[in-house]
Amino acid sequence: MATTETTESTGAKGGHESGAFPPLDSSSFPSQLFWLVIFFGALYFLMSRLVLPKLGAILATRKAQIDGDMARAQALKDETEAAVRHYEKALGDAKANANDIARDTKSKVTSEIDGEQATLDGALAKKIKDAEARVAKAKAKAMESVEAIAGESAADIVSSLTGGKTTKAAVAKAIAASKG
Amino acid sequence: MATAPVNDPIHQFKMNSIFDLFKVGDHQISFTNSALFMGITVLVIVGFLLMAAGRGALVPGRLQSVGELWYSFIRKMVDDMLGEEGAMFFPLVFSLFSFVLVANMIGMFPYFFTVTSQLIVTAALAVFVILLVVVVGIWKHGFHWFALFWPSGMPTILKLVVGPIEVISFLSRPVSLGLRLFGNMLAGHIVLKLFAGFVVSMIAAGGIAAVGSIAPMFMAVALTGMEFLVAFLQAFVFAVLTCVYLNDALHPGH
Repeated sequence: MATTETTESTGAKGGHESGAFPPLDSSSFPSQLFWLVIFFGALYFLMSRLVLPKLGAILATRKAQIDGDMARAQALKDETEAAVRHYEKALGDAKANANDIARDTKSKVTSEIDGEQATLDGALAKKIKDAEARVAKAKAKAMESVEAIAGESAADIVSSLTGGKTTKAAVAKAIAASKG
Repeated sequence: MATAPVNDPIHQFKMNSIFDLFKVGDHQISFTNSALFMGITVLVIVGFLLMAAGRGALVPGRLQSVGELWYSFIRKMVDDMLGEEGAMFFPLVFSLFSFVLVANMIGMFPYFFTVTSQLIVTAALAVFVILLVVVVGIWKHGFHWFALFWPSGMPTILKLVVGPIEVISFLSRPVSLGLRLFGNMLAGHIVLKLFAGFVVSMIAAGGIAAVGSIAPMFMAVALTGMEFLVAFLQAFVFAVLTCVYLNDALHPGH
């Protein structure tokens, strides 16, 4: 009941009944201003003191967490890369080392083989020479014996054929003649 | 009051006193439906954002995402337009944007009062912003701040012409700021109510008109969608212009 009465009293002062366009009805301005100041002030106070710091803190915490995680991931990545570089360097060093060793060993073995080959070649050459000399000597000796044997054989053959006697001198003369 | 016609498009803006408080001079201060919806607006904003920030989860849920988006949207706007010194105005710009946005959105519900369709509300907010700009300008730059109206680098005769124009353009800012929001909300709600009223009266008329009522029905639905866009857009425009004007107070050189 009271509400109806107050409504009517407001209306009588320039509300809808008086023909004023409600949004422009100045009789409602003081009340609206009064409550706007109170409610907007309350809103501003609650926003600046309570709500916005809370939301800001959430976002700041998340940003810090993400940044921290990213930094840690970056550090781990750098560490991994350093380890990989270190490993590759060690591998390269070891490879170079192995190559050096292989080359050294190869040249040493080669020079050893060359030396042995040279001595062996020398020894063999000497042996061949000696053998050749021995063969030549033996051949000469054998040839001498052959001449003598041939002479005797020839004398024997002649005597058996002719029945006569042959002198050594004659045989030798004949051989020399045949050789001549 | 109770006899007011249902499809009177102006009826929705009518002020009703819920209870009277006191008198200041001749002026009756009452708690009206406008004040009630201002309170609801504040409650919705604070309630929603407190719920959104409630758990403060590292990985936000849906509600928290909306709250964070809301915060970051205005934060970025203020940071981009006002720079370092603008941080102190962030709560104000955020409050203005949220108040206008939520008041507009609540107004979209049938039978709910639209606070921002009252000229005194939008005008008060606009005048408050402009007064703040003047106060901050003088506080930061002393009376050098008034050089804003005295353009440099042109002949004195031109300055005499441009100076008053600058003053007029500055003084028209609160008018355009307040009237834009008021006009948009008022016109939108009147048009919506008109089309919705057409649907009712055409069906009541019967016959061909009843069949034809599909046309205003379609318009009412389309306009409702557009009004949601306008509700957001006007809040955004209000916040952006507040930043632009505050930028004049902080950096009058530009």
